[in-house]
Amino acid sequence: MIISILKDAIASKYESFVMQDSKVSIDTNVIIKLSKFPEFMQLIRDDKDFKFDILLDHTAVDYIDENVFHLVYHLYSSSYNHQVIVLVEVPRDKPVVSTLCNIWRIAEWQEREVFDLFGILYNNHPDLRRIFLEDDWVGFPLRKNYKDNFMLEK
Amino acid sequence: MINYSLDNFANLVDNSNNSTVFEVVFYILSIFITCLIFISIFVMVVVYIERKVAAAFQCRVGPNRVGWKGILQSVADLLKLLTKEKITPLYSDKFLHFISPMLCISASFMTLLIVPFSPYIQIINIDMGILYWSAVSSLGILGILLAGWSSYNKWSLISAVRAASQLISYELSIILSVLTMIIFTNTLNIQKIVLSQLNGCWIWRGHLVTLIAFTIFFIASIAELNKIPFDLPEGESELGAGFHTEYSGMQFAFFFLAEYVNLFITSTIIVILFLGGWLPWHISGFSIFNELMDSIPPIIWLLLKVSIIIFVIMWIRWTLPRLRIDHLILLEWKFLLPTSLANMVLASFLVLNNLYFYV
Amino acid sequence: MTIHLKTLNEILHNLDEKKHWGTKEYFINMGPQHPSTHGVLRFVLKLEGEIIKEIIPILGYIHRGIEKIGESVSYRNFVHLTDRCDYFSSIINNWAVSRTIEQALNMETNDRIETIRTIFAEIQRIQSHTMWWGVFGMDLGAFTPFFYGFRDREFLTSIVEETCGSRLTMNYIQPGGVLYDIKSNFIKRIKQYIQYLRPRIEEYEKLISDNVIVQKRTENIGILPSEKALSFGSTGPVLRASGIPLDLRKNDSYGVYDKVKFSVVIGTKGDSWDRYWIRIEEMRQSLNIIEQLVDNIPAGKHMVTKYTTKIKLPVGYHHSSIETARGILGIFVASDGMENPYRIHMRSPNYNNLWSITDMAVGLKISDLVTIVSTLDLIIPDVDR
Repeated sequence: MIISILKDAIASKYESFVMQDSKVSIDTNVIIKLSKFPEFMQLIRDDKDFKFDILLDHTAVDYIDENVFHLVYHLYSSSYNHQVIVLVEVPRDKPVVSTLCNIWRIAEWQEREVFDLFGILYNNHPDLRRIFLEDDWVGFPLRKNYKDNFMLEK
Repeated sequence: MINYSLDNFANLVDNSNNSTVFEVVFYILSIFITCLIFISIFVMVVVYIERKVAAAFQCRVGPNRVGWKGILQSVADLLKLLTKEKITPLYSDKFLHFISPMLCISASFMTLLIVPFSPYIQIINIDMGILYWSAVSSLGILGILLAGWSSYNKWSLISAVRAASQLISYELSIILSVLTMIIFTNTLNIQKIVLSQLNGCWIWRGHLVTLIAFTIFFIASIAELNKIPFDLPEGESELGAGFHTEYSGMQFAFFFLAEYVNLFITSTIIVILFLGGWLPWHISGFSIFNELMDSIPPIIWLLLKVSIIIFVIMWIRWTLPRLRIDHLILLEWKFLLPTSLANMVLASFLVLNNLYFYV
Repeated sequence: MTIHLKTLNEILHNLDEKKHWGTKEYFINMGPQHPSTHGVLRFVLKLEGEIIKEIIPILGYIHRGIEKIGESVSYRNFVHLTDRCDYFSSIINNWAVSRTIEQALNMETNDRIETIRTIFAEIQRIQSHTMWWGVFGMDLGAFTPFFYGFRDREFLTSIVEETCGSRLTMNYIQPGGVLYDIKSNFIKRIKQYIQYLRPRIEEYEKLISDNVIVQKRTENIGILPSEKALSFGSTGPVLRASGIPLDLRKNDSYGVYDKVKFSVVIGTKGDSWDRYWIRIEEMRQSLNIIEQLVDNIPAGKHMVTKYTTKIKLPVGYHHSSIETARGILGIFVASDGMENPYRIHMRSPNYNNLWSITDMAVGLKISDLVTIVSTLDLIIPDVDR
């Protein structure tokens, strides 16, 4: 499948950025080290072999047992028509990552959604506030340990 | 041929000066009640017709449950409006909120006074009827503006400001078109304007000039009536309900009534100025045909012509989309106004040189 | 490290205090109930007279937590939930989830299933676009096209109801096939409908597209240049109007799209007029696709697995995307091998299309905002999920 070839190509080209020892044992797409993350995204957008000019999607997965969040970035290239999923592993007790608003403008809204539902904070975000829930809502619903009075227990 | 001459009708008006206060009051009251009855019945009929016409354009049936084929639908709507609760916003300007629907309806009432239904049926025949009409119909603009302002609602305010700019601009084109026709008819008296078309209607007697004046008057009057494509003040898709959002019950009914009475009055003015008013359709030479046409009472002729104009206005309303505010103002100030000014100059040239038909 | 969390009130008051407002600037609320925001979408507009200075869209009025619910239902039940997002073309949403599951399990479906799925997806696209056209006319002030658009959609709804059983939330395309086989007079009715709709589209073009009022109100309004469109994450007709030929039906073929001939419609400027006529043209292309397919539906089963088998995806991440009538709908699943997904996420096209309005509509008037929102073709439950 084209995704695996692409993944290997990216992993081989940007070897210093790729994280080898992820806490979550899932054989999947490219996982990037948190410290080198924003420059990787800038490079991969401008790289003439890949040219990922659309940030299709940004979401997060909460691994409460391993104490990490996986931030998922789904990139698409309109010129080559290939896509890749880039992951970043973020510790659960300090979920801070830098924003990608300067690289793809839509990141502003997608990061607001992830902040609203997961509580992940973004450095240098111009307008970080809740988007779906009210401004004074307490808690982050899509985390696995979220409880409130409206939920029905099975 | 029936002799339509204004001298024959002079003896119908009582010129004696010794009427008591009681008679004067009675006279005024009877006019008032007649107008009221006429407006209510007329508006009910026209609302029903509008709904059926709209349904025909939209490939559906329209009201057909209340009464035979839905005739009593308007009566049901009227009863509903009469029994609704009157809600006034808390911070609104109470006095202005109260009187603005009354301004609209009184403007429409007052213009009804000079409408010539037939040579015998007219409430008052002032010597400057057309001028009176154009002056009094502007009161409606004030009503709309005050309604939007006093509602304490930003959307109503936007709609009122739009209405003010639109209605004031299009007044100019209307007045200029009317003036162009007055150049031809040489009188402001409404019955005399109708009688001046005994030899033929002005719309084809004045060929190009009156045709242009007719088009400009028609477009400007649709703008004055707040009908689509000029219904920005009441832009239903943008503003909810525009300047009459905060009105309910009888006050809303007043705005509604005023709109339909204005529709009737404006169509009547179009018919009087351009299409011959209550005069029947004659073909010169065919005396049998002419006598047949004469036997139909003149009020039927007027209502027939007015209903054709109303149908065309409704047709345009249900077909076209709405203009944006700057397109609207541009249309008036850059196209209609210069054209009507040039038209007026051309009209005076024509009249001075007797270049129209049937001088 | 600069993270500053704000609330909406703060933003409004902040702008208040800066005091470099002109004398004619004011805030107005185009509230959740409004005739032309296509659902419960709220805009806070900062206006100067009629010119818009700033738009702040406020979402969440119909946020139902579909992704959270998805973590406690099975995969087959999640297909029901996707119906409720973009309800004008719900069968296409079902296909997105089914495609993800089939790719993850390496499930092969037969040609009959794929052909039926393609036909129904194109039917839903036509339904969505006729409805959009009607609503577009209504937003612009012409109330008649609304009835025509609804009537054309209604014919298709009754055809679809015969097969799927319901009129709005069909729940038809399942992982492994389609829920019911097509009924006997489906093909005949579809052919009648194609004959019916083709001349109507020409008539509708004469009514709205050739109307100078519509042209003046949509030309050069809401221009979205192609670099900005890419950066704003727009997809679907919005992106194609800006000149980027991205259509997943061609680029990432699924169903039987690679076996039919159709063209991808691309605009030039990215204004509202381009977004408008592209959708009219897409309707014609969809009719072509259906016409090529409807006579040659191969024989076979309509479901390759049993409906009651439990679905468990392998551990890991799975995703796939579909081109809906409004853009790219993506489904992203993080699975831990259980019956319910560990995390399931819908990349909704309308959510990403909506944000470009904060840039497009600045400097235009309120009437233009209505036009732009109408040509973006938003469905708010899909924005809020």
